[in-house]
Amino acid sequence: MNKTLLWKLALIVATLLVFLFGIFGVPQSFSGHGLLTAMTDRIHLGLDLRGGTHLILQVQVNDAVNIDSDNAVEVLKEQLNKRKIAFADISKPDPQGSPDKVVLKGVPTEGRKDLLDIVTERLPEYNLSPGAENTYTLTMKPQTLSDLKTKAVSQAIETIRNRIDSLGVSEPTIQEHGLGQYQILVQLPGVDDPERVKSIMQSTAMLEIKQVLGGPYPSEQAALQDKGGILPPDAILMQGHVTPGTPSDQEAWYLVSRVSAVRGKDLRDAQPSTDQNGQPDVTFTLTGEGGQRFYSFTSAHVGEGLAVVLDNKVQEVANIKEAIRDTGTISGGSMTQQAAKDLSMILRSGALPAGIKYLEERTVGPSLGTDSIRSGVNAAIVGMLVVLIFMLIYYRAAGINADIALLLNLVILLGFMGYVGAVLTLPGIAGVILTVGMGVDSNVLIFERIREELRNGKTPPSAVDQGFSHAWVTIVDTHVTTIVSAAILFIFGTGPVQGFAVTLVFGLIANVFTAVFVSRTIFDWILTRKQRGEALSI
Amino acid sequence: MEFFRNTEIDFLGKKWYFLAFSLVFSVAGLFSMLFWHHIPYGVDFRGGTLVYVKFSHTPDDNALRAAMDRVGLHNAKIQRYDVPSNNEVLIDLDVQETSEQALDNGKNKIIQTLETNVPAGKNDLNNSSSLAIKNYLMDKDPMHLGSDADQRYTQQAQAIVDTRDKVQGGVLSSFDQLKGPVDPAAVASLPDGFFLSDFGVRNVEIVGPQVGAQLRKQALLATAYSLAGMLIYLGFRFEWIYGIAAVVTVFHDTLITVGAFSLLNKDISLTVIAAILTLIGYSNNDTIVVFDRIRENIKLMRREKLSEIVNRSINQTLSRTILTAGLTFLTVLALYLFGGEVLRGFSLALVIGILIGTYSSIAIAAPILVAYQDWRIERARRPGAAARPGQVMTR
Repeated sequence: MNKTLLWKLALIVATLLVFLFGIFGVPQSFSGHGLLTAMTDRIHLGLDLRGGTHLILQVQVNDAVNIDSDNAVEVLKEQLNKRKIAFADISKPDPQGSPDKVVLKGVPTEGRKDLLDIVTERLPEYNLSPGAENTYTLTMKPQTLSDLKTKAVSQAIETIRNRIDSLGVSEPTIQEHGLGQYQILVQLPGVDDPERVKSIMQSTAMLEIKQVLGGPYPSEQAALQDKGGILPPDAILMQGHVTPGTPSDQEAWYLVSRVSAVRGKDLRDAQPSTDQNGQPDVTFTLTGEGGQRFYSFTSAHVGEGLAVVLDNKVQEVANIKEAIRDTGTISGGSMTQQAAKDLSMILRSGALPAGIKYLEERTVGPSLGTDSIRSGVNAAIVGMLVVLIFMLIYYRAAGINADIALLLNLVILLGFMGYVGAVLTLPGIAGVILTVGMGVDSNVLIFERIREELRNGKTPPSAVDQGFSHAWVTIVDTHVTTIVSAAILFIFGTGPVQGFAVTLVFGLIANVFTAVFVSRTIFDWILTRKQRGEALSI
Repeated sequence: MEFFRNTEIDFLGKKWYFLAFSLVFSVAGLFSMLFWHHIPYGVDFRGGTLVYVKFSHTPDDNALRAAMDRVGLHNAKIQRYDVPSNNEVLIDLDVQETSEQALDNGKNKIIQTLETNVPAGKNDLNNSSSLAIKNYLMDKDPMHLGSDADQRYTQQAQAIVDTRDKVQGGVLSSFDQLKGPVDPAAVASLPDGFFLSDFGVRNVEIVGPQVGAQLRKQALLATAYSLAGMLIYLGFRFEWIYGIAAVVTVFHDTLITVGAFSLLNKDISLTVIAAILTLIGYSNNDTIVVFDRIRENIKLMRREKLSEIVNRSINQTLSRTILTAGLTFLTVLALYLFGGEVLRGFSLALVIGILIGTYSSIAIAAPILVAYQDWRIERARRPGAAARPGQVMTR
């Protein structure tokens, strides 16, 4: 045997070992079970095989924009009043469709310069454009708008990740999904109770403490009547938390201050606790700065009411007996122990910058996953055996060559997946089977060409040489085009389909190595052992 | 062993038969897509709710339908799923029941409807999560545990759920089935708080209307990009006419495969689209092998007519074409037969597509090349037209 051949064989054996390590790592034991656990440690099963919950949700980014433009409205009002500029009305004409627009009506011509100053000084992220009849439109700058939306999505991902992590879900996937639709993909392996996780993720957890200015009223109309039909400008109406089935199962409305004394970001900690009657509740602690504000607020309003507001619903109303520095509780009806635990966890994880909406929900029961693995593996074994046996019968000794190349192809494919941490899905198993079917194509192409060259009277070494060099061009073309379509599948696909694309691409790349390099080396080795003129078994 | 040796089949002479065959299938598929079953979008593309329910006994479809009707789910489609002995039913709600305000409304309605004869104050063990079971066990504390109660009861709850899902296939018919893997004291405490219904929900797929529309667009784009990528690559490696011929061929395959799904009224899901994109790759594979041979032979056989060269090339690669197609077909058939219900649509698309893809590289792609060549010669001969060289396929 010559030296180059030895080197090539060594390279092949080394590749085999490297990728075997990729599949199994260093297994605890070499029994069937030990190898299987070693393998599933390295190659992760997709949600469709192990069971779990798959969710796609959309961040309502307009919420975040609305918060910013609401703030702009407040700043504008305050500044215009301060500079004594008259105006008829400031409003947002379409908070749903274009939350970035604020319309200012009835500003006298002489106020124009001041208005421009206010916008450039205090609201630099807005453009001011004058319209007809002393009307001005404030529009958020496009860059600011898109930054705000992107930030809302990344903040939401962060918050959701915090919440999922504290639920103790192993190996969750939380990532942005799709192209510019503000969507988030959440995959929770092994979670069989999507309802609870969903409500935990969806809660915006916007905690506010506000001053109570009136109430409770049985309805919105009653509140309006009490105030003579018009609400005070700095007050808003909010619905109270209703627990169905409890004695206080009635609607309640409160008039509360528009401005909050304390907001979610002032929160330092929240823990489940129990009140003096043994009822579960949540105790929260404020940060230094928040506590300071809370202290000055409560000392100014001793004897009056304060409302703990969660997600725009009044959760609890209490009388301020004395100045409070930095702690408070939320009880709100008959909270269960689990609910108190969940709520404190949500509060600790921080508020979502905007509401979220669920777009897609898939739950795979573990029983279905187990069935899928069984049938997928069965199909793979049957498909492989058929191919391996056929190649042996049809090409005799060269069939062994093809079979070795195919098996090595499989090892490299699975090893690749182990190294890069790719996820094996059910369509992914199908991809493995297809790789076997399509991978054998290269062998067939080469072997048929060798047979043809032999028929044309070439000697075995030159037939092998010609066969490989002619087939090589074709193999490159076919592989490139298939990889192109698999890559497009990966870009556009989701979850299981991506798993399929990944196996297909890896399989085809490995196939170029095994069907051309490995198979050629084996042929060369066989040829060196043959006498001149001896026939090739193909 | 050798199946094909020195075949001399005149494939191009049969091009009218091929054309007729392709036309019949394409038109039948198109007709079905337009007027009969339309394009049978799966839940991924049309949006909606699918709930897979497994029963402990043979379900009565009519009773199920009546029950769904009573709660206002009038459009619910109820189908048996997989083999009948599995007692599995697929309940399909359309997108109207899947509003984005409450995505899981339809699912919850279905589960409520199926939960008949609920004993007061008890929960259904077959549809309880491991957390709910753990909380119940913590509350009852049947094993009288100390500080490690949380961990131990979590294990017990997991054992109950695993036995239900992995051993009993999703439905328990008696509490006794839990004995063994689960602590006897824990099992004994269960009937106080739980009852066993006759069904378990195995799988739920809920797709809102927005996602459906988005996925439809993505699937279309993916297919279009895939075809464009092929056209560019082949145009670059061969000549434009080769790329065009390959893309027309692949389009023909896609049309017939989608048409077959419409004719059979089988749902086109995301994985079916994945299969179709794979077919685009596969069919193209086949076409390129023939084209490569044609390119090679054009250099060798400068005197021959193009139709001769094409025929010869197809015959020379025929053995490889049939072998590869046969082997790939066998693996895909294994997938169709043994791969289980979840992959059925996917493998069906591959089974149809591999047959069509192999046929089309011989029957469609090669004749397009020759037809183009004939057209070029014809145009050059016409009086008044600029004289052009006859052989355009050489490089």
